Amino acid sequence: MNLRNIPARWTSALVAVIGIAGVSLVLVAVLSIAEGFRAALEFSGSEDVAIVLRRGSTDELTSGLGQTSIPVITDAPGIRRTAAGAALVSPELFVIVDTKLRNKDTTANTPLRGVSPMAPRLRKNFELLQGRLAHEGTNEVIIGNGVAQQYEGLAVGRIVRWGSNDWHIVGRFSDRGGIAESEVWADAALVQQVFNRGASYQSARVRLTSVAAFQAFKDALDRDPRVNLRVERETVFYAEQQQLMQKLVSGLGWTLATMMGLGAILAALNTMYNAVASRVREIATLRAMGFGAAPVIASVLIESLVLGAVGGLLGGVLAYLLLNGMRSSTLNFQTFSQMTYAFTVTPRLLLTGIVYGLVLTFLAGLLPGIRAARTPITTGLREL
Amino acid sequence: MQDNVAHPDAPQATDRVVQLRGVTKLYTRGGEVVRVLEMLDLDLPRGDFVALMGPSGSGKTTLLNLIGGLDRPTEGSIEVDGLAIDRLSSAALGRWRADHVGFVFQMYNLLPVLSAERNVELPLLLTKLSRRERLQRVHTALALVGLEDRARHRPRELSGGQEQRVGIARAIVTDPTLLLCDEPTGDLDRKSGDEILDLLRALNQEFGKTIIMVTHDPRAAERANRTLHLDKGRLERQTH
Repeated sequence: MNLRNIPARWTSALVAVIGIAGVSLVLVAVLSIAEGFRAALEFSGSEDVAIVLRRGSTDELTSGLGQTSIPVITDAPGIRRTAAGAALVSPELFVIVDTKLRNKDTTANTPLRGVSPMAPRLRKNFELLQGRLAHEGTNEVIIGNGVAQQYEGLAVGRIVRWGSNDWHIVGRFSDRGGIAESEVWADAALVQQVFNRGASYQSARVRLTSVAAFQAFKDALDRDPRVNLRVERETVFYAEQQQLMQKLVSGLGWTLATMMGLGAILAALNTMYNAVASRVREIATLRAMGFGAAPVIASVLIESLVLGAVGGLLGGVLAYLLLNGMRSSTLNFQTFSQMTYAFTVTPRLLLTGIVYGLVLTFLAGLLPGIRAARTPITTGLREL
Repeated sequence: MQDNVAHPDAPQATDRVVQLRGVTKLYTRGGEVVRVLEMLDLDLPRGDFVALMGPSGSGKTTLLNLIGGLDRPTEGSIEVDGLAIDRLSSAALGRWRADHVGFVFQMYNLLPVLSAERNVELPLLLTKLSRRERLQRVHTALALVGLEDRARHRPRELSGGQEQRVGIARAIVTDPTLLLCDEPTGDLDRKSGDEILDLLRALNQEFGKTIIMVTHDPRAAERANRTLHLDKGRLERQTH
């Protein structure tokens, strides 16, 4: 019954729906960034790949591995080897270089990762899209697909200057949206040399013979007195890495949604007060018949919640249509470098948008509903 | 206690459906206390058709609202069918209204988004009747007011007289103890008004409905069994 009243006041109902949709759109959009980060990081990890850092390090930037650590890691049990007997280990270091963003007048921190030739075999989603892999010991680099899309002048065949060196881009690779796509890969030894890192690395990635081999590998390194290392499964490491960004971005999303929500509540409140004001006599008539306060409040709330659900869904769907899958990049506070991600609007986020719309309109409908229920019947019946 | 005109003619206790004793109603308007009803006594027998007349502000509608349980007296007691309704909680009073009172309003007060059928069904939503039973009652009530063929029409598709007939059907659909009508012909032309009054008369005479009708129109009042005249919150006289 109350829903049939909505068309009679469609302009104010539309304002409320648009307000809620705007809030839902922003909320879902920002949370989809966090979801994109999560997807990129969690998608990148493999259960049978271990990452080795210095003990006490929370990320690669704060880690440091001396040259002497590498043979100890390579000799540990449980490491998969090639047919030729080479261990699938990639000692890596990570530096940040400045690159101009595409279509912008600003530069951003680009992660340049020094890797071994084994690196592609340690990323489960690695796929060379264009060109070839870089030759060991040369100034050749391959660029992630995200990097190629986000930065200006990064394309196969181009030469780019980072540090004191000119780097030749010889290949472009995909990590199927994973974190490696945000990186440029170069020869680890050359990166050490150009960026004055001596013989140190920051991490080592290791492919294990099986998922179950992890514990033996970890125990061996934990017990070895020559090294002081932290060993984690790659999946666990990435899950930790995404938590900070998830919290930051989600916090931003909810802060924006809360501020915008206050505005949307006012619009919805106005709509619902108008709705109640235009139906004072109708409500009083119902109450004269014996309908209690609860059905009256429920009636106002249902109308309000319908507007909220429509607005929330509309915002979520708009976010999905406009943003889902769209690639962008932002600063990863864990590495202080740009990380590419895809806006990822999941069903859970759509639901979040709808629920948030419902919460806002519940708040907006409650006061007018209570007022409607508390207006004396005799007063209501006198209203024209 | 005031010696009201209705009191000497008070019906026997077994016939009495409405009993007011010492009812006073005060309102505060702009910080000033206004005495709308003053120590009113009234007894109405079951099956009566009473018109309440009086100048504006005499307390007619206030009296109707008090008898209908829409408002509470400042002082005094109100019994309907032996129940002291002034002592009921708001929720109980709501339930009592649903069971015992049918209201007919000057402006019909139909819900514009609902069909005549749905409007008449509204009071039955508070009962435990099944949908089928509700519809049976709705169609009986609509047939009684001569509008069964307009069941699916919305109020804006009906004339004023037809809207008021729907209002009456809604008021009688629960078979209430009291039918309280506030200026039921006040918004109608003469012909439609006469039809509504004929209908109310028929409900009273053929179905024994107890009707209290507030009106400014002496012609409307003539259709009632008797007329109670209020002035300045007091029952001044009664005419037949």
